[in-house]
Amino acid sequence: MFSTHTDKQETLDLSKFPADKIRNFCIIAHIDHGKSTLADRLLEMTGAIAKTEKNKQVLDKLQVERERGITVKAQTASLFYSHQGEQYLLNLIDTPGHVDFSYEVSRSISACQGVLLIVDANQGIQAQTVANFYLAFEAQLTIIPILNKIDLKNADPKRVESQIEKVFDIPRDDCIRISAKHGTNVEMVLQAVVNRIPPPAVSSDDPFRALVFDSNFDHYRGVVANIAVFGGRVRKGDKIVSAHLGKTYEVNEIGLLRPDEHPTQRLYAGQVGYIIAGMKDVKEAQIGDTLYLQEQPVKALPGFKPAKAMVFAGMYPMDQSEYPGLRSAIERLTLNDSSVTVQKDSSLALGAGWRLGFLGLLHMEVFNQRLEQEYNASVIVTAPTVPYKAVLSSAKLIKNRRAIQKNMVYIDDQRVMMKYLFPLNEIVVDFYDLLKSLSSGYASFDYENAGYQAADLIKMDILLNGRSVEELITIVHRDRAYNTGKAMCERLKDSIPRQMFEIAVQAAIGSKIIARETIKAYRKNVLAKCYGGDITRKMKLLKRQAEGKKKMRRIGNVEVPKDAFINVLKRKDK
Amino acid sequence: MIRQTFPGVRRALPAALRFLSGGETFGDEPECADLTKEASLYVHWPYCLRRCSYCNFNKYIPRENNSHVMTDCLQRETETLLQLSQISSITSVFFGGGTPSLAHPSTIAAILETVSRQVKLPASAEVTLEVNPTPMGMSKLEDFCRAGVNRLSIGVQSLQDNDLGVLGRDHTSHQALEVIEEAQRLCPGRVSVDVMFGRPRQSVESWEKELSDLLRVCDDHVSLYQLTLERGTQLFKQVQQGEVTVPAEDVMAEMYQCARRTLQQNGFLQYEVSNFARNNAVSHHNMSYWRGKQYIGVGPGAHGRFVPLGDGGVVREARTQTLEPDVWIHEVQQRGHGTRRKIQLCHLQLLEEVLVMGMRMTQGINHNHWALFSPQMNLQEVFGTTSDVHQLLQKGYLILDDRGLRCSWDGLVLLDSMLPALLLELETQIQQRPQRNHSADGQTQTANSQCE
Repeated sequence: MFSTHTDKQETLDLSKFPADKIRNFCIIAHIDHGKSTLADRLLEMTGAIAKTEKNKQVLDKLQVERERGITVKAQTASLFYSHQGEQYLLNLIDTPGHVDFSYEVSRSISACQGVLLIVDANQGIQAQTVANFYLAFEAQLTIIPILNKIDLKNADPKRVESQIEKVFDIPRDDCIRISAKHGTNVEMVLQAVVNRIPPPAVSSDDPFRALVFDSNFDHYRGVVANIAVFGGRVRKGDKIVSAHLGKTYEVNEIGLLRPDEHPTQRLYAGQVGYIIAGMKDVKEAQIGDTLYLQEQPVKALPGFKPAKAMVFAGMYPMDQSEYPGLRSAIERLTLNDSSVTVQKDSSLALGAGWRLGFLGLLHMEVFNQRLEQEYNASVIVTAPTVPYKAVLSSAKLIKNRRAIQKNMVYIDDQRVMMKYLFPLNEIVVDFYDLLKSLSSGYASFDYENAGYQAADLIKMDILLNGRSVEELITIVHRDRAYNTGKAMCERLKDSIPRQMFEIAVQAAIGSKIIARETIKAYRKNVLAKCYGGDITRKMKLLKRQAEGKKKMRRIGNVEVPKDAFINVLKRKDK
Repeated sequence: MIRQTFPGVRRALPAALRFLSGGETFGDEPECADLTKEASLYVHWPYCLRRCSYCNFNKYIPRENNSHVMTDCLQRETETLLQLSQISSITSVFFGGGTPSLAHPSTIAAILETVSRQVKLPASAEVTLEVNPTPMGMSKLEDFCRAGVNRLSIGVQSLQDNDLGVLGRDHTSHQALEVIEEAQRLCPGRVSVDVMFGRPRQSVESWEKELSDLLRVCDDHVSLYQLTLERGTQLFKQVQQGEVTVPAEDVMAEMYQCARRTLQQNGFLQYEVSNFARNNAVSHHNMSYWRGKQYIGVGPGAHGRFVPLGDGGVVREARTQTLEPDVWIHEVQQRGHGTRRKIQLCHLQLLEEVLVMGMRMTQGINHNHWALFSPQMNLQEVFGTTSDVHQLLQKGYLILDDRGLRCSWDGLVLLDSMLPALLLELETQIQQRPQRNHSADGQTQTANSQCE
């Protein structure tokens, strides 16, 4: 691995690629419209990877990405492409398709001048096509619409082209019809990248400045920051400064990502690559930060709005002894995914843990899966909650899902785009699944945060023999209080063992009890036969019970096993 | 050797005479200061003619008649384990099983002979035999008694023939009644009957009726057990599959309470969770388990608790014999015993057993009794300080007074709900006080006494 790097390092002179020979672009699309497949073809055609049958989602390196067939983490690949006798350096940034990861998309876009907007010629424009289009449009990037999957029987490129014209106001003639799977017309895509996307408007003669648009953490080398060079040049040994922290670092290694790391001597304006500069903590390589040379201070580039967490979940170690291990796993993982917000939290039931904020449910699931797969950590994930700012009681948004229609646009005679205002907690759990099943998979869905709205929310207590259980206090909409309360009481009843006295499990709003379950008292609990041969077995059982009792949480006189809280709090398996 | 054919016969008569002279009351049996010098003996006869549908005990249907080999091996193991222990006296013997009444009376005699050859087996010692109330069992009763048995425990289980069928028993209720009568003739005042409640389709009313029928014919001792569904039994499977239903938990509780009341009204004192006696006809053998005394277990799968010789001779061991009869036989023939497992009990573990067993008795654990095992920390110091135990005392489930620690009438039914709290308290108190440890067996102990 390293030897090949060294070989190429000597042959590769990036000064041959001034800004006008560089194109920076990313691929954006609705999930499953073929982004990663197109990326595979582009890599093959430019010789970045060998052309084999096995190239499937080459840029999706994470196990979770391959298992789920999604892209989670943006990946960068520098491609060398000859066009009309000229060598070009094309920097491709593959982006996640799912709405949860649009934060990654917007970051990637900031390093680009153009985007390939891929639309499935069969499915047409979908919710995230629209969302991603606007991200690119607002960043004033050149947009190249690409109709993919034209090889499919039901492909209707004409209809999709007219959708694109109508919704995005892009002339239908600009669309390129391809089959990424078969490589059909992919060459045209590369040509369009060179011809239509402007080169970055930067100069190698300016002072060096670079935007950190992503960062990874490497166990051995520390932070590996992905940068887009907006001016000047940087080489190994340079002293650079982080504008955000004002700290100085020495460049240990720079290079291109092809998509593997490929060290070079220098990076020049307009180029995209990675830099390793002895940063020990990803917080030092803040996404959106500007790097410049120590001797040539510059004005910092506009950074990014921090990602806004939309879904929160508690994460707790299975056992408190696993806390330090889980802490370091979460730290490591958040190093590579700075959109996750982390707050220490503790629950009387589950011990010390964290309250993590995610961009969406998939994001949360992916994070959890990565914790398990990449860090071998097992966690208890408690139900997602959404941020509430105030608890007011004004009866308002009421429909089945408490939604208000905002507008409705017919995309064509077969498609309609509707905008609704939803309370977030109505959509975080199962809305998307329900929508998909109601529409037999045809409907798609996207959302953005519309700010806080007044709602009729109330605090619900769960009582055990009249004592409130702190860790089970829940904020619910008044209309859902009964159902939620009843379900919680039932789950608690099933997980608290019978005791010597009766236990009332109640859900209450203020002083009003809205649901109740009863755990009957033991009337008899004593082993019938206990003689000389029975004592060993009985002792074992009793000792286990005594150990279990130690771990019980006391609510008044009621002993509640830790499992009970987990059963009530954890997300239900689908 | 004078006693050749029925060596126990000389002992049988004095035992009966001793009973006639009145016996002791069970509340104030004198405690032996040196616990290592005596033990009770349990002898396991592993064979049955058939499998009862509810039974998960260690029993086997014999393929061939190997009672001679079994007899030899039981004697041999008895000999070995007695030598290994430090005891000079066996206080009681219990032949259990399996179906020990399938054994030949000469086997019983031979084992008792082996015992009295090595250690003191007082003529007054209680020698109990479990009996299946079949005509065959009845025909041998007299010979068993001649062999030295002086107490008979009869597995009546039910007086309903239908239920006996469901339980897989090999006798009728009529046969059981005959055996009870014969047993009372042979061992008057020393006959116990085992009955089972919570049987499939049983109601509280039918149980009450059955119990009063039983009370008309029984002797002075009754053991009643709630039917426990044990994994791996036929009955367990039937209940799982919904073919058979057993009474609900609350109905079981009602049956138990109803039996306790009825027996009390008939002069039977409950002295343990499942055992009732009148005229002080308690089982001395079983009492010694609940009092934390030493016992030696002989036979396949038998358990023992005693301090062996050597290694300073102070640490009590929990011993388990090899379960499977053929393997056990082989081991005994090879090395004189079939002990499969020996675990040294530390001070805490010993006290835990003393607590768990002691609390099953209605008299509980009295201060002197506790002091034998825990001379440095009395019951008040161990249990008198915690809020958990206080609650139980306050609610009236537990009693801690100048007699000792015990369950109340209402508390005994819920003992297993209270034991975890008591065990936790015991553990905390013992571990909080680093001190010289006294072994249960009255001697100061320095090593091997601390639990991990």
